[in-house]
Amino acid sequence: MKFTLGWLQRHLETAASADDISEVLSRIGLEVEALTSRAAPLAAFRVAHVIAAAPHPNADRLRVCQVDTGEGVIEVVCGAPNARAGIKAVFAPPGSVIPATGATLRVGEIRGVRSNGMLLSLREMNLGEDHDGIVELPADAPTGMAYAEFSGLDDPLFEIAVTPNRGDCLGVRGIARDLAAAGLGRLLPWQPPAVAATGDSPVTWRLDWPEACPHVLGRAVRGVRNGPGPAWLARLLTAVGLRPISALVDITNFFTLDLGRPLHVFDISRLRGPVLTLRRGAGNETLAALDGRTYALDTEDCVIADAGGAVSLAGIIGGAATGCVAETTDVFLECAAFDPVRIGLSGRRHHISSDARQRFERGIDLGLMPAALDAATAMVIALCGGTASAATAAGTRPDRARTARLTHARLARLAGEPVPAEASLALLRGLGFEPVAQDAASASFRVPSWRNDIAAGTVLDPAPGLDPARLAEARAGAEVMEPEADLAEEVLRLRGLDRIAPVSLPVGDAVPRATLSPAQIRTQRARRVLAERGLLECVTFSFTDARTAALFGAAAPITLANPIAADLDTMRPTALATLALAASRNLARGQVAPALFEIGPAFQGVTVAGQRREAAGLRCGTSPRHWRDPARVVDAFDAKADLFALLAALGLPMESLSVTPDAPSWYHPGQSGTVRQGPKLVLGHFGSLHPALTAALDLPATVGFVLHLHAVPEPKRRRRAAPELPNLQPVRRDFAFVCAADTAAETLLRAVRGAERGLIGQVTLFDRFELPDGKISLGVEVVLQPRDHTLTDAEIESVAAKIVAAAGKATGAGLR
Amino acid sequence: MPDETEALRAAVLADLEATPDLRAWDALRVAVLGKSGTLTARLKALGTATPEARRAHGAALNALKTDLVAAFETRRAALESAALAARLAADRVDVTLPAPAAPPGLIHPISRTIEEIIAIFGAMGFGVGDGFDIESDWFNFGALNIPPHHPARADQDTFYLADSGTPPRLLRTQTSDVQVHTMLTTPPPFRVIAPGRTYRADHDATHSPMFHQCEGIAIGESITLANLKGCLIDFLRAFFEEPALKVRFRASYFPFTEPSMEVDIGWDRHSGEIGRGVDWLEILGSGMVHPRVLANCGLDPRQWQGFAFGMGIERLTMLKHGMTDLRPFYESDLRWLRHYGFSALAPALLHEGL
Repeated sequence: MKFTLGWLQRHLETAASADDISEVLSRIGLEVEALTSRAAPLAAFRVAHVIAAAPHPNADRLRVCQVDTGEGVIEVVCGAPNARAGIKAVFAPPGSVIPATGATLRVGEIRGVRSNGMLLSLREMNLGEDHDGIVELPADAPTGMAYAEFSGLDDPLFEIAVTPNRGDCLGVRGIARDLAAAGLGRLLPWQPPAVAATGDSPVTWRLDWPEACPHVLGRAVRGVRNGPGPAWLARLLTAVGLRPISALVDITNFFTLDLGRPLHVFDISRLRGPVLTLRRGAGNETLAALDGRTYALDTEDCVIADAGGAVSLAGIIGGAATGCVAETTDVFLECAAFDPVRIGLSGRRHHISSDARQRFERGIDLGLMPAALDAATAMVIALCGGTASAATAAGTRPDRARTARLTHARLARLAGEPVPAEASLALLRGLGFEPVAQDAASASFRVPSWRNDIAAGTVLDPAPGLDPARLAEARAGAEVMEPEADLAEEVLRLRGLDRIAPVSLPVGDAVPRATLSPAQIRTQRARRVLAERGLLECVTFSFTDARTAALFGAAAPITLANPIAADLDTMRPTALATLALAASRNLARGQVAPALFEIGPAFQGVTVAGQRREAAGLRCGTSPRHWRDPARVVDAFDAKADLFALLAALGLPMESLSVTPDAPSWYHPGQSGTVRQGPKLVLGHFGSLHPALTAALDLPATVGFVLHLHAVPEPKRRRRAAPELPNLQPVRRDFAFVCAADTAAETLLRAVRGAERGLIGQVTLFDRFELPDGKISLGVEVVLQPRDHTLTDAEIESVAAKIVAAAGKATGAGLR
Repeated sequence: MPDETEALRAAVLADLEATPDLRAWDALRVAVLGKSGTLTARLKALGTATPEARRAHGAALNALKTDLVAAFETRRAALESAALAARLAADRVDVTLPAPAAPPGLIHPISRTIEEIIAIFGAMGFGVGDGFDIESDWFNFGALNIPPHHPARADQDTFYLADSGTPPRLLRTQTSDVQVHTMLTTPPPFRVIAPGRTYRADHDATHSPMFHQCEGIAIGESITLANLKGCLIDFLRAFFEEPALKVRFRASYFPFTEPSMEVDIGWDRHSGEIGRGVDWLEILGSGMVHPRVLANCGLDPRQWQGFAFGMGIERLTMLKHGMTDLRPFYESDLRWLRHYGFSALAPALLHEGL
């Protein structure tokens, strides 16, 4: 919403400066987005009188003008076709900056003739697109006067953001009312002049859809002359960015902005038939609208139709065929109330954001309709002449009479400090709330007709499945508290939220308890562990392209109905997918060996169960070359190491984890595994990414892992037993097992570990190689930890025999 | 005889001085002091000598033995020391050679900011709530007093999931869904913050289709607007490490709070310094929870009241660290991550300072 200080002062008597007003507006909820003076860049320009204009001796299109600037007559070369003797123009002296180009004007010679300045067009001053010629000012414009002053452009321009609840502040008068209530001046009285009516209106309303339009007024004015509007009106509209069109159109625009009251003017001669009907749009109906576009109307649109069809998309935009033109003589003024919800839905459906829609959607002042119609009629007659008919109407004004109560103790309880009752009452009165009852504890007010947001009626959308008794109690509470909160907000914002002294939240525990849940702590810990292992944390988008999602196994992809881009239309099935893209981007930029991780959501479905939290990581390519350590291509065990370090850090019982070679499809089938705790619980997977996938994503050898954080069970909180610290020397024995090539090392190691639990401590696989016959040799070191006596050779041999037997039984392995 | 003893001393000492290494030293030691060594032989010979001769030479020979044993030890120490020096010289490496590098992993600035937010609000008694990126229409809008026709919905370009029912499921546009989950599952009083991913169909230099917000809510029987102000001022001053940071509250409108307010902090808009200058910067939105929102979740607004707020995590991060561009947050450029990342070993701990 834009308005100038001058416009505001039509409604507000104030001595406050523009800066003071701006500060108060922002404070009370009418946030000032810009306060600009359009005068500053125009300060050097003056009204000038072109005394004579002679053809340029050396150029056909140029003229040499004698210009009276108010400080003397000088010579200016001008190329505009309308530069001629006698006109008043805008003069830019040497040294001034032309707003449109930013260039500093200098005295120069144009084709041999000295030019001491410039006569300006609107476009050169950034005031419009018109570049057909220089600005021609009225003949009575005072020579030498600052152009900004003459044009009213020195009037400071406010641009404020009006929140959706404040339809009343989409009119300058509403803003003035708020400012006055906030103590910044006095709201000037406003009363429409009485209109002398002659005869009945030749056009009447018929209301077929009262839910969409409960009440409509109208009136004809016959015998008008629709020329350009007066300069004061043109100046007001231009200042706020509207183009003056004609007196009649300018008048409707003026009331839209001045009172927040949209109006429409029909040219009676262009209407077919004497009845305007408010009804649903017909299926095949179209409207060629004033914005030059044609809209296909549907049955959910409220239209105004004459005998020939729709002439207006009601409350949103008028039709071009029935609007006012220069020849218009008889007009019919429309002043209606439309259902805000239907206006909003229609406007959204047709993508029209007009000033009228904006106001009807937020709710207009239902009490203002007759007065607004009178005021508009009076202005039409004043500016265009003509005779008004009596008003005509259809429907009835909706009964929106409301009262709201403010309980002083409740206000104090909400604010945290008491507000004196007189102060609250005075502020609310300033906004037009009339007290209808009051006592020491509270006051009830009649809500003014322009405040559709106050005590609007409690509409709930309760949680599905809420206990009915609990809901009834809550609803009753909301019905009492909502109007209280509405009024409290008015009092507190006008009084100034800064006046409330801040009070730190009372702290329940002197020493704060743990803020995070065990699951949240695991997430934090996972992040630190992975970063400490040399992986860089990334935050990638939760959505990706369909092809990448498919590569990462999205069998039934979860897609967006309205993606912002085709490559961001599918929810990622795993964070590994978007990490792989990130790695690919880095490699394309010449970065080497990206090692990345991310902790975030993965999507297997749209329900709660389908949304999972995972930690994913990947490493790419070859480790950097080093003089001591040869470069090495990453392999599945790098990913396994990351995953197992993470599992260990999260406190999982490592001895009860198992790995099986059945990882998801995006891994290399022979170089990947799934990690489980017990037989069922899948914790994650790791491995080399599938060569087809790395080829598709332009990746070198890449390994990755995923840990399903949501699946990690809460670690058992057990008190640790005292450790066993035997004094006896452990005994180390190496075993070289020969086994079939497909023997899983884990099976062998598990068997060895279990061979003699009381004695066998650590079991380490220290060597593995393939034998010429295709079998493999696995070197296993076993640490025997005696507890109460030094082992005899016989005892050691006995354990060794058990180990060999267990290994043989589990895997068929024998000693080499 | 005394001459012979002295001659032996001189000869042995000369030979000892000439031993080049420990092996030669040991050979000489055996040749002189061993079982059949020259000195040993002489000492043995004393046994058969006359008492006079024994008296005459015994003391001298024993003195010689003592001296030679000492000389041999001295020589051995010298030879060992020389040998060690030689080995050390041979073992020398170029210590300026680069050690194997283990490039550190780092934590993303967004995670860091979330950690700081949690640390500060944790100290004020808040827990952390989790919501869901894909939400139902009701959790994102309906419960929060945003009916289908509400203009606020048009302002929030919501992503909807295809084929996800009527009304369709959506990507949450705000983390306010968490306050709804909390109100439905936790009996008041409670204080919860909810940092997380949020989504809006907007993509340009200052908007990302995915970004992060932190919602907060405190509900009790006497949580007031004064508490809202105190809590947010306390947070902002701690987060920006500016104990005197200016904070301003301006009236505004959100469907889910009443009264609603925007919160500004003092800064210098030319230098970007927080807590300096004379300008104001909008930093978060807040308000007292709307009676309808409480009632939608089954809380009686006559008994329970409180405040809620929401803030953009990227914005807080950019302001705190002087970052100017939003887009690199999600691009995973290794260079940017290494530049702005945080060490895992220095988590956000109040007792170490943020």
